[in-house]
Amino acid sequence: MKIMKKLSVLALILMLTASMLAACGSTGNNAAGGTDSPSEGGSGSGSSSAAEGEIYIPIISKGFQHQFWQAVKAGAEQAGEELGVRITFEGPETESQVDKQIEMLQAALDKKPSAIGFAALDSQASIPYLKKAQENNIPVIAFDSGVESDIPVTTASTDNMAASALAADKMAELIGNEGKIAMVVHDQTSVTGVSRRDGFKKQIEEKYPNIEIVDIQYGGGDHLKSTDLAKAMMQAHPDLKGIFGANEGSAVGVINAVTEMKKEGQIIVVGFDSGKAQIDAIKNGTMAGAITQNPVGIGYETVKAAVAAIKGEKVEPQIDTGFYWYDKNNIDSDEIKAVIYE
Amino acid sequence: MNIQIKSGALQQVLALASLVVLILFFTFSSSNFFQFSNIVGILLSTAVIGVLALGSTFVIITGGIDLSVGTVMTLSGVMTGVCITFWGLPVPVGILGGILTGALCGLLSGTAVAKMKIPPFIATLAMMMIAKGLALIISGAKPVYFNDAESFAEVSQGSVLGWLIPGLDIPNAVVIFFIAAVVGYLILSKTIIGRYNFALGSNEEATRLSGVHVGFWKIVIYTLTGAFTGLAGVMMASRLNSANPALGAGYELEAIAAVVIGGTSLSGGKGTIIGTVIGALIMSVLTNGLRILSVPQEWQTVVVGFVIILAVYADILRRRKA
Repeated sequence: MKIMKKLSVLALILMLTASMLAACGSTGNNAAGGTDSPSEGGSGSGSSSAAEGEIYIPIISKGFQHQFWQAVKAGAEQAGEELGVRITFEGPETESQVDKQIEMLQAALDKKPSAIGFAALDSQASIPYLKKAQENNIPVIAFDSGVESDIPVTTASTDNMAASALAADKMAELIGNEGKIAMVVHDQTSVTGVSRRDGFKKQIEEKYPNIEIVDIQYGGGDHLKSTDLAKAMMQAHPDLKGIFGANEGSAVGVINAVTEMKKEGQIIVVGFDSGKAQIDAIKNGTMAGAITQNPVGIGYETVKAAVAAIKGEKVEPQIDTGFYWYDKNNIDSDEIKAVIYE
Repeated sequence: MNIQIKSGALQQVLALASLVVLILFFTFSSSNFFQFSNIVGILLSTAVIGVLALGSTFVIITGGIDLSVGTVMTLSGVMTGVCITFWGLPVPVGILGGILTGALCGLLSGTAVAKMKIPPFIATLAMMMIAKGLALIISGAKPVYFNDAESFAEVSQGSVLGWLIPGLDIPNAVVIFFIAAVVGYLILSKTIIGRYNFALGSNEEATRLSGVHVGFWKIVIYTLTGAFTGLAGVMMASRLNSANPALGAGYELEAIAAVVIGGTSLSGGKGTIIGTVIGALIMSVLTNGLRILSVPQEWQTVVVGFVIILAVYADILRRRKA
């Protein structure tokens, strides 16, 4: 027993040492003197960042696991290659890890990049760090969701209010401008959750007096939870004509619910975002159509704007990266194929 | 042993009574609640969390906890996807792969707890992270779809009962949940694993002194929990026809809540499988009913929180009397 204990302590020490060495090694690779504190960097001797002349733009996203972020990454990398700049792309594991994202932002600033791309999980928490970037003349390009500050040179994002208003118009058209509908939204605290919910709701209330939104529920973007709550909605309102799912997980949940209740075709499903499950549902008729953002475009425009800002060119304060309605009729067109992602 | 069974029975009656009261309340509040399709819907939404909770019951009775069941469930689902979609293995092999993945994670957690003496909270917290990372790695950080193996969706979504008795379209996931509950009940009440499970939770030192190989049985119990978790992963993947490495976090808390509402004590030594089944049903009847009444979601969460406090308080009151 005692030997066991000693051995495990030894193994633990070995592991810790190894991981510390690895950590040192990796910072050393990223930037010579990458462990310099920012104050030292401010003294002017900090030209040691990326190799001479190379433009380096770290991009801090809200996450990396979802297909959406992978598509943003692909767009950023594409622009990086075309413009000959070095890109790194990272984000926290979940979209609630504000502190982790701030650490990533701090680490990126320590590398003294040429510019920085940033999609804030918490627009307030990041402001001190953005100020630091400003002091060091590092242009900040906000993407996906804005920051409540005038520090970012520009924001490259989807106009979510307008995008979900378009979803509302399509829903109204598909149900014949009257009847009961419901909404499954991912959350009520994030910028996208709130603006998509409000954009859809406002459009229905203002333009379609004969349509009633009977229920709005939040499923956290979790497929299984969204399925169960959409089923309960259909149960509570047997005369429901349509359901809007405000992001990928919510829309997939609604599709599952309609399939499980065997109401394919009887309930009009309108979604948001893309993904294989939604594409399949549109092709087999379970889902009428969906709004897709242009994540590749978001990544591309972010890097493009960053390079322009580094060169001192004028950049518009808002870059609308656009959105599209896709359904059975246009899903195979080249224009849509470029913006939907599996 | 006798006393445990008696207080267990009382506990179940109380939990069952709460469930009946809830069902009656929602039936009178909304005519859309007590309908065949909704009852089946409630059972279906209980199935995955229910199997997860069944597994958690074993570990919690030892006085331990398994925080990894949510992410291990995800890893098992993804592993099934890797077996079937990436490697093209037959569906039953994929299912077995998923269950074994869960069991293996349980084996590792159990070994960490029993042999390395790492507290269960820490050991399973680490396993939670390991499983999450591995799920991302083996899936390539993308959801895995089962479109090439149509029969896989039948595991949860099909209805053997409906095929046997036309009209009784109860999905297989519900049937699997009840079979798992019967198996869990038999293991806990009729086998040596169950007996040592209670003994470990009541007094580990006394169990050791009476010559039981405590470490070994702990590993067996964590592995058993893992196998149930793996089964839940397979069921979830089959219901969604995809395995998403980003899902699963937070499910462990729902499973633990179901176990606790069912009267299993977090300090160990006391608990039943039937209690857990009722606990899981109470959770889903409550959320379904509140949704049908269109109660805002913020309040649904608050209500579930209060129910957990009430359930545990009832348990404490009962023990004070005993």
